[in-house]
Amino acid sequence: MAETRSTCPYCGVGCGVLVSPAGAVRGDPEHPANRGRLCSKGTALGETLDQPGRLLHPEVDGRRASWDAALDAVAEGFRGALAEHGPAGVALYVSGQLLTEDYFAANKFAKGFLGTGNIDSNSRLCMASAVAGHRRAFGEDIVPGIYEDLELADLVVLVGSNLAWCHPVLFQRLQAARAARPEMRVVVVDPRRTATCEGADLHLPLAPGSDVALFNGLLRHLHASGRRSEAAGLDAALAAAGGGTGGETGIDPALLTTFFAWFAATPRTVTLFSQGANQSSSGTDKANAIINCHLLTGSIGQPGAGPFSVTGQPNAMGGREVGALATTLAGHLDWDNPAEVEALRGFWQAPSLAAGPGLKAVELFQAAGEGRIGALWIMATNPAVSLPDAAAVRAAMRRVPCLVVSECVRESDTVDLARIRLPALGWGEKEGTVTNSERVISRQRGFRPAPGEARPDWWAVAEVAARLGWGEAFAWEGPAAIFREHAAVTALARPAARAFDLSGLAGLTDADYGTLPPTRWPVARPGEAGGRLSPPARFVATPSRPPAHATSPAYPLRLLTGRLRDQWHSMTRTGAVPRLMAHSPEPVAAINPADAAGLTDGGLARVASAWGSAVLRLRHDPAVARGAVFVPMHWTDRFAPAARINAAVNPAVDPHSGQPELKHTPVRVEPVGMAWHGFALARRPLGTALANWTALLPAADGVWRHELGGLEAPAEAFARLRVLLEEPDAAWVVLEDPAAGLHRAALLRDGRLLACLFLDPAPALPARDWLVGLFADARIGSDARRALLAGAPADGPAPSPTICVCHGIAAAGICRAIAAGADTLALVGEATRAGTGCGSCKPEIAALLVAQRIPEPA
Amino acid sequence: MRLLVIGAGPAGTRCAVRLAERLPASAVTLAGAEAALPYDRVALSKLLAGDATMEGLITHPLALLRGLGIVYRPATPIAAIDRAASEAVTTRGERLGYDRLVLATGSSAIRLPLPGAALPGVVLYRDMDDVRAMLRAAAGGGAAVVIGGGLLGLEAAVGLAARGMKVTVVHAVGWPMERQLDPAAGALLTRRLGLRGIHFAMPASTVGIEGDTRATGVRLSDGRVVPASLVVMAVGIRPSVALAREAGLPVGRAITVDDAMRTADPAIHAIGECAEHQGRCIGLVAPALEQAEIAARAIAGVACAWAPRAESAALKVSGTAVWSAGDIATAGDDCIVLRDDAEERYRRLSLRDGRLVGAVLYGDTADAGFYLDLITSRRSVAGFRSVLPFGPAFVREAA
Repeated sequence: MAETRSTCPYCGVGCGVLVSPAGAVRGDPEHPANRGRLCSKGTALGETLDQPGRLLHPEVDGRRASWDAALDAVAEGFRGALAEHGPAGVALYVSGQLLTEDYFAANKFAKGFLGTGNIDSNSRLCMASAVAGHRRAFGEDIVPGIYEDLELADLVVLVGSNLAWCHPVLFQRLQAARAARPEMRVVVVDPRRTATCEGADLHLPLAPGSDVALFNGLLRHLHASGRRSEAAGLDAALAAAGGGTGGETGIDPALLTTFFAWFAATPRTVTLFSQGANQSSSGTDKANAIINCHLLTGSIGQPGAGPFSVTGQPNAMGGREVGALATTLAGHLDWDNPAEVEALRGFWQAPSLAAGPGLKAVELFQAAGEGRIGALWIMATNPAVSLPDAAAVRAAMRRVPCLVVSECVRESDTVDLARIRLPALGWGEKEGTVTNSERVISRQRGFRPAPGEARPDWWAVAEVAARLGWGEAFAWEGPAAIFREHAAVTALARPAARAFDLSGLAGLTDADYGTLPPTRWPVARPGEAGGRLSPPARFVATPSRPPAHATSPAYPLRLLTGRLRDQWHSMTRTGAVPRLMAHSPEPVAAINPADAAGLTDGGLARVASAWGSAVLRLRHDPAVARGAVFVPMHWTDRFAPAARINAAVNPAVDPHSGQPELKHTPVRVEPVGMAWHGFALARRPLGTALANWTALLPAADGVWRHELGGLEAPAEAFARLRVLLEEPDAAWVVLEDPAAGLHRAALLRDGRLLACLFLDPAPALPARDWLVGLFADARIGSDARRALLAGAPADGPAPSPTICVCHGIAAAGICRAIAAGADTLALVGEATRAGTGCGSCKPEIAALLVAQRIPEPA
Repeated sequence: MRLLVIGAGPAGTRCAVRLAERLPASAVTLAGAEAALPYDRVALSKLLAGDATMEGLITHPLALLRGLGIVYRPATPIAAIDRAASEAVTTRGERLGYDRLVLATGSSAIRLPLPGAALPGVVLYRDMDDVRAMLRAAAGGGAAVVIGGGLLGLEAAVGLAARGMKVTVVHAVGWPMERQLDPAAGALLTRRLGLRGIHFAMPASTVGIEGDTRATGVRLSDGRVVPASLVVMAVGIRPSVALAREAGLPVGRAITVDDAMRTADPAIHAIGECAEHQGRCIGLVAPALEQAEIAARAIAGVACAWAPRAESAALKVSGTAVWSAGDIATAGDDCIVLRDDAEERYRRLSLRDGRLVGAVLYGDTADAGFYLDLITSRRSVAGFRSVLPFGPAFVREAA
């Protein structure tokens, strides 16, 4: 059987994949986004297919229900809420994980028939600011460039983007282009020295949230050096840029001068921006400040040039296209244009079409918290974890009488709160399209049977609509029919010249849809393919202003949240893959050592804001800017209840986009004293309540790692935990040094390791990798058994973190190879295989190469 | 110069050999009470267990002694020392003159003063004759009781069990070998010996030997009677000091010696189990041999002093290696315990002020030297305390 051609479900790069019947995944050499490349997450897709914990049948009030009964309950819930609150009291909260067809159905249901603007997407957290910026500058949500521009550019400026980790395949394309054209320059604008900075020509460590000041300064510099534009709004933009020269950014003036000079002198400049820019109370202004500079240099839509927003999710763009955001209508139609609203009302036969925008994500949950939402349907997202002020969000969900969640997994922080649970299809099961960050529409194709009673989300929407009396408008036979309707909607704007035009795809047959190759819009006529866009644009005045909440003596540090290389969102998919967990296996807060007085490296620390707090392991990391704390946003109740950082994140939003300010919350960091630190390794998960602080992580096939911190006496904890780990017919190896507070034990049966338990008053415990590896042995060797409680073999190298997850290569092995003379990435790859898989770890290998470089003799 | 060594045990024989080597012009006489040639007393357990022959235990064949110029006098118990005449008097009245005398009379096994202790079937466990008596008794099978769960008692028990007897060890303390082992290691050893069919009554004390014409059992203080056709007493040793005391030499628990192993009489040295140095007596062969070397050098006119090392005991009981050194008293909780019961490995390290002061190793004694060095040198272990129980291979001290 041939491989199935599909699209990766992770980030907004939208890589094509080929899946073998056995589930092996490789990059699609013919897909324009990746041309065969994949990152660590995509490479491990095959390992996520047989996910444990799938939701297999509908549930109502905690009990299994038939689809009929569940759909009836949803319809009843919405009918009741409409009756009680009107259209303002019902809502959908959907996701960039949805396929365009699901998205379209949900949006049509909400805006067309429930008559509410209250459908927002978790894309609100991702690139709503870019959308708002595009609409202000171009009159429409348009990404002018294409990925190839990153390769054609002479200067690439990465703003608020850890491209190496978050869009690894784009980063690989960029690196390959630089290798071919070493004169190409890369500038990284980021408060953190991320992996993306490895090999960059310039890193501008700006103060968090000061991007507008930086690009205002650049605009003034460009203008001062003679750049002029006929586009509207330049004078106002210059006036708003003020007299500042970028001092608010805190960047060394010499670096600023270099950056400005490079930008001014390089016609082929791409400025790529992502969540670091968007997730801000001035995110929309950041987008416009960037666009302003490109508008002044006339470089929008030119080969190798222009502003370039990249999205976080696989189908954030699809959601923008169908209009499944509270602020947009459908198909880039404009609420402000009565003719377009009428056209849609007629096309859909939807007399109660929503009159205007609805509640944006943060507002929506605030309304729910105030009891103003009677029915809320959440699809494919985990707001209990991902929204700011997360404790308030959880409370809000509990207040919604009819909370419906469509999900793949049976348990998540959000599913746990739902009254009605609907089993959704996952990647590899569902059929539809996604659009990536360069406007390329690609098919996701199913190659696995639906598990249990799981059904497509569009089907569930259509069934509920039918129960509410709107069946005719939702009588699609399948996703192809929905796609045709979606494409047809884009034509309703005519005669207005709208860039987003899929008219040429509105007549696709089911067969055409089945074989649809990756297609970039606009496609006004059949057979066309879109390219770069040069929309008419205007300057937008973007006065620089500080983040919504300032630091203070009580909360002197700035919290930035972000991603880990090998994890995705709330980890419901990636968290179950041990080798993806190997890269960053613990909830960690990173802080500059200079800000860490009184905070032990490796100790536990509370990151507290005025809104809430989280407790994480603290790492001293010089890559983090002074005054900042970096915390990954992935951790959930499933893995580390204490480490959910969004509990501490402020709910401030951008006034234009409503995007939350996830990259700037004033916090303080205080040590959390523990009587002991420890870990337990076992062949079964023991939950997240083992100790005062617990993180539960899958460590290798069937082995679970529990990272622990406790307040009771170590000896007491040791005895208590040993009882929990106990197995029949098994024997302990025990090390006890009560005076030092050190307690260690391993449980074995017939030489097979069943569990390990290590407690220590200090967080300096042995690395877990070697012990985890021993679980694979049917019978561990005599030497290993003697060394078990030392946590490392006598002659082994000091355990070190895993760098290359594809081949399981740790830092120590790479350093040995470098010491032995492998002084390039290629040689390290030959010697150790590290970096020869997906390549996502190359920046970290490069950093090791730099760190270990032996100075030439003077 | 006439050199006389009284006692042909390991210490006495070693001293005689060294004297003959250092002072070839002198006449060295080695007088032993037993009839046998010098033999390895420590290996008597092998003889009992059937793992060695009597011939195999001989350490110094007659030809070897003759070749060194040593006159060996077996079966020559000494009755008295006439210091005024510088002569030793044998039980047969023969007088052996000396210029320098070395007392290596060792010790005798203690026979408990119990009712029935003199009955046939009650034996001690000290020399070759004792082993012969035990072997004769074991040939008939049946039950045996060993009184005393120290090293010797356990060796006797293991040997008798190997010979097919049903053995019970009666021991006064709650675990065997309490001088070398802590309770946990003792429990491991108890379990191991139990697998060999050896039973333990402990803590228990014997109040009498049952039997009219010969021993038939042992009565314990709780009233129980353990049937036994053979009763072995292995409850300790008593230094053999009668000769020295009657000769007027100062005697405490044993014969008082200085650092050169000299008694109050500069012509007389004492070594081994019959000597007391700085208030302490030894009971193991290794320091006894060191003392023999010291005495020989002193007599040869070389300035020297015996420096006792941390007391350590490396033993092999029933195939299980056991080692201990230093202070192993169980009081105080500053100790590190590493145990793998299923593999019968156990380590207990006692610390004081960040230094190692005592160690018990059970099952795996390969790292004994490392720990003995740490105890002796009093080096701080603070920098590697967490890996200390895993041995030197794991210790990576900062340079």
